Amino acid sequence: MADNSLRFTSHHIVPVKTYTLVFIALLVLLALTVLAARIEHGVLNLVVGLSIAVTKAALIVLYFMHLRYNSFVVRMVAMAGVLWLAILITITMADYLTRS
Amino acid sequence: MSTAELPKRHYLNANYNVWSWLLTTDHKRIAILYMISLTFFFFVGGVAAILFRLELMTPQGDLVISETYNRLFTLHGVVMVFFFLIPSIPAVLGNFLLPMMIGARDLAFPKLNLLSWYLFMAGGLLAIAAIIGGGVDTGWTFYTPYSTTYANSQVMAMALGIFVAGFSSILTGLNFIVTTHTMRAPGMTWFRMPLFVWGQYATSIIFVLGTPVLAITLALIALERGLGIGIFDPRLGGDPLLFQHLFWFYSHPAVYIMVLPTMAVISEIVPCFARKRIFGYRFVAFSSVAIAVLSFLVWGHHMFVSGQSLYAGLVFSFFSMLVAVPSAIKVFNWTATLYKGSISLDTPMLYALGFIGLFTIGGLTGVFLATTAIDVHVHDTYFIVAHFHYIMVGGAVMGYLGGIHFWWPKMTGRMYPEMWGRVSAVIIFIGFNLTFFPQFILGYLGMPRRYHVYAEEFQVLNVMSSAGASILGFGYLIPLVYLLWSLKYGRIAGPNPWGAKGLEWMTPSPPPTFNFDETPIVTEEAYAYPPLSDEPLPDDFLSDVPVADEQREPLRS
Amino acid sequence: MSTANTHVAHHYDDAEQQFDAARLGMWIFLATEVMFFGGMFTGYTTCRFMYPAAFAEGSSHMQLLAGTLNTAVLLLSSLTMALAVRSVQVNRPAVAVRLLMVTLVLGFVFLGIKGYEYATKFAEHHVPGAAFSLGEAHNPAVNPQHVELFFAFYFLLTGFHALHMLIGVTIVAIVAVQTWRGQFSSAYFTPLEITGLYWHFVDIVWVFLFPLLYLIH
Ligand code: HEM
Ligand SMILES: [Cu+2]
Repeated sequence: MADNSLRFTSHHIVPVKTYTLVFIALLVLLALTVLAARIEHGVLNLVVGLSIAVTKAALIVLYFMHLRYNSFVVRMVAMAGVLWLAILITITMADYLTRS
Repeated sequence: MSTAELPKRHYLNANYNVWSWLLTTDHKRIAILYMISLTFFFFVGGVAAILFRLELMTPQGDLVISETYNRLFTLHGVVMVFFFLIPSIPAVLGNFLLPMMIGARDLAFPKLNLLSWYLFMAGGLLAIAAIIGGGVDTGWTFYTPYSTTYANSQVMAMALGIFVAGFSSILTGLNFIVTTHTMRAPGMTWFRMPLFVWGQYATSIIFVLGTPVLAITLALIALERGLGIGIFDPRLGGDPLLFQHLFWFYSHPAVYIMVLPTMAVISEIVPCFARKRIFGYRFVAFSSVAIAVLSFLVWGHHMFVSGQSLYAGLVFSFFSMLVAVPSAIKVFNWTATLYKGSISLDTPMLYALGFIGLFTIGGLTGVFLATTAIDVHVHDTYFIVAHFHYIMVGGAVMGYLGGIHFWWPKMTGRMYPEMWGRVSAVIIFIGFNLTFFPQFILGYLGMPRRYHVYAEEFQVLNVMSSAGASILGFGYLIPLVYLLWSLKYGRIAGPNPWGAKGLEWMTPSPPPTFNFDETPIVTEEAYAYPPLSDEPLPDDFLSDVPVADEQREPLRS
Repeated sequence: MSTANTHVAHHYDDAEQQFDAARLGMWIFLATEVMFFGGMFTGYTTCRFMYPAAFAEGSSHMQLLAGTLNTAVLLLSSLTMALAVRSVQVNRPAVAVRLLMVTLVLGFVFLGIKGYEYATKFAEHHVPGAAFSLGEAHNPAVNPQHVELFFAFYFLLTGFHALHMLIGVTIVAIVAVQTWRGQFSSAYFTPLEITGLYWHFVDIVWVFLFPLLYLIH
């Protein structure tokens, strides 16, 4: 038997209403990102596109995947995935951005 | 004291037929399957090494032509790195011990564990097929665009083999992490876990987060070779350096996959044969995790002269120095544990001491290499070859052998012949240094790596190295013989022949299928070796040991 | 004996522990998936950084409508998946089966649209390789080879994504059958839960692919 910190919310039941609201928010964000991309604003296009994508991903992870209701360890694992990806991309780009 | 009989029923004799082995989900049997397969690969890689060391006896190419030579060192590198050293300690000792050390009946996912072994074997078979089909001539690093555009050898099959075997690593790492979090026995808090478990845990972090990048990189090589998509091809606007970034993002951490588990073994052996608590438990524990994390920030030190930006090189150089710190912490702590211990020099301890010395040399030369100015001079020379062999052979392989000897009685129920153990440990140590020390000098004098011919003036040192290699090879054969011999004729070991601490020693040798007759309850710290009665301990010595158990905060996973 | 206990393997103490282990295992697996796709994303980032105009050119040849529709389809399938898990949690397996069927259908719709897009790309010679050609109308400032690189990433990323979708529909089909057979209830639904996690993850990958491939200026 392991300690109990992993398991305080094993079976959290999310109300249907929450799920529906999240879904609507996702659709709104989708419309937003398509519209925003029609306007030409240089690098900002990328920033806006990615910010909206991150928001959508966060909604899915937190609600559909229940990360919000999950234990510390599971949250750490999710964080680690994101952090390591950031390490890979950032440090690689550090080379490309500073090449002469 | 040891009972003179083996337990009646244990994991080895629970079932006899072949299927009970090939379909087993017992982590201990899977460990044995790995041990047998890895031993095979170790000797395959070893034969290649002996062949090219023979070639290097003379400055001319008189044994093999350059194409063959390229295939030999690639075979050696690929097999030793991906099919021996990376899986070695986690898959054999980790599999066998991790559940027992935390008081569990098995790993969290026993079937996944079996699948790991099959994936490993499938990858291994593909690698063997690639070798039989003509071999690979790219070096274990598969640098583009040579590997994608020009190499006329079995790159595809080999890349696929490593790809598949990579998933075996991933699943093992996943299994270890989940097991450590969810399967600990009552009372087994994080800071009561043996440092071996911490080491496997840290290694698993690298397995899980690094290996997928290797997998996709190899897949890209295959796609590039097959379809010419151009990502790594400068003619089409792709960038070969991208390959190097992706490859080393995994492959630098991978060198810590090889050495972290070894450090984990050393942290078990040293306290046992010094009869002392490990010095600075928490430092050793956290330094494993620190190494795992920091190891992901330094990969560009393999690319100092490749055309990467100068600024990136500086940053990588700085981080590389930093990663040496937690490794040094470990060396200091082991040394402090030895200090005033009552030391007995049994075989596992000989290997452990060998490890500490050789790893220190390897690590320090790593710091030299991380200094950009020095690396420009010695990059791609034998200095590099010597550096990493000090760590991977002098360090990791010694640690593996030390661990095998230490837990052999647990795995088989019988002792190996101690005399032979010590003799071969010394032979291996001598052979190793004779093989690789001259290579430091050769590299410093400017002999490049990966060529089968060389300038006349390098011959003396090369002959020394080849002579050392034959001693080393002979040294590795001795344990193979006496360990097999001991299966039948070795003295019965009893549950705890070393008087060691740890849950694995509290169950019979060999253990029953589910490890413990009843789930153990843990009430004390790891390494609770009695303090020496006549020798008062230094005041700060127990500083990291809590006064009483009740005062500990319960530690959460 | 409760349904829960019949599912506890010998080496676990109880169903809770088994459930925790399975869920943690799935999350770790998803972290490895992040890194697997991460290698490709890194390559994409470096190449887009080197050839921004060529990437914009390539993106202008995407079928935005198909991409947008597919995003909506996947988002909806994530909703139905989440609701399916919930239905089992509240002991309404019959509803769960229907929701899983919808998820499955949406998965196939996604793959169908993707297949249609691929077919168009083949017809337009936008597939990297010997037959690649950008056609007449393109920004004269860009090197067609670099646009080819964009398409290489397009096929690579969406190809691996589609592969994950194929695996996804397969396991959704399996858990749908298991649910239909009454193997899950609020006491035990681990396979369903971790299938859901996987499905949502594949959705998230697409959420990033969409702006990165279809919406470049
Ligand atoms: C701890 C275990 C270590 C292992 C197993 C290891 C292994 C290796 C290997 C295999 C290579 C050669 C790769 C190749 O080109 O084929 C290498 C090169 C290198 N190592 Fe290590 N290493 C370790 C520690 C370190 C440390 C602590 C440092 C720095 C502080 C370091 C710095 C370097 C550098 C700079 C190179 C590149 C040299 C060059 O190619 O020019 N290593 N190491
Ligand atoms: Cu390195």
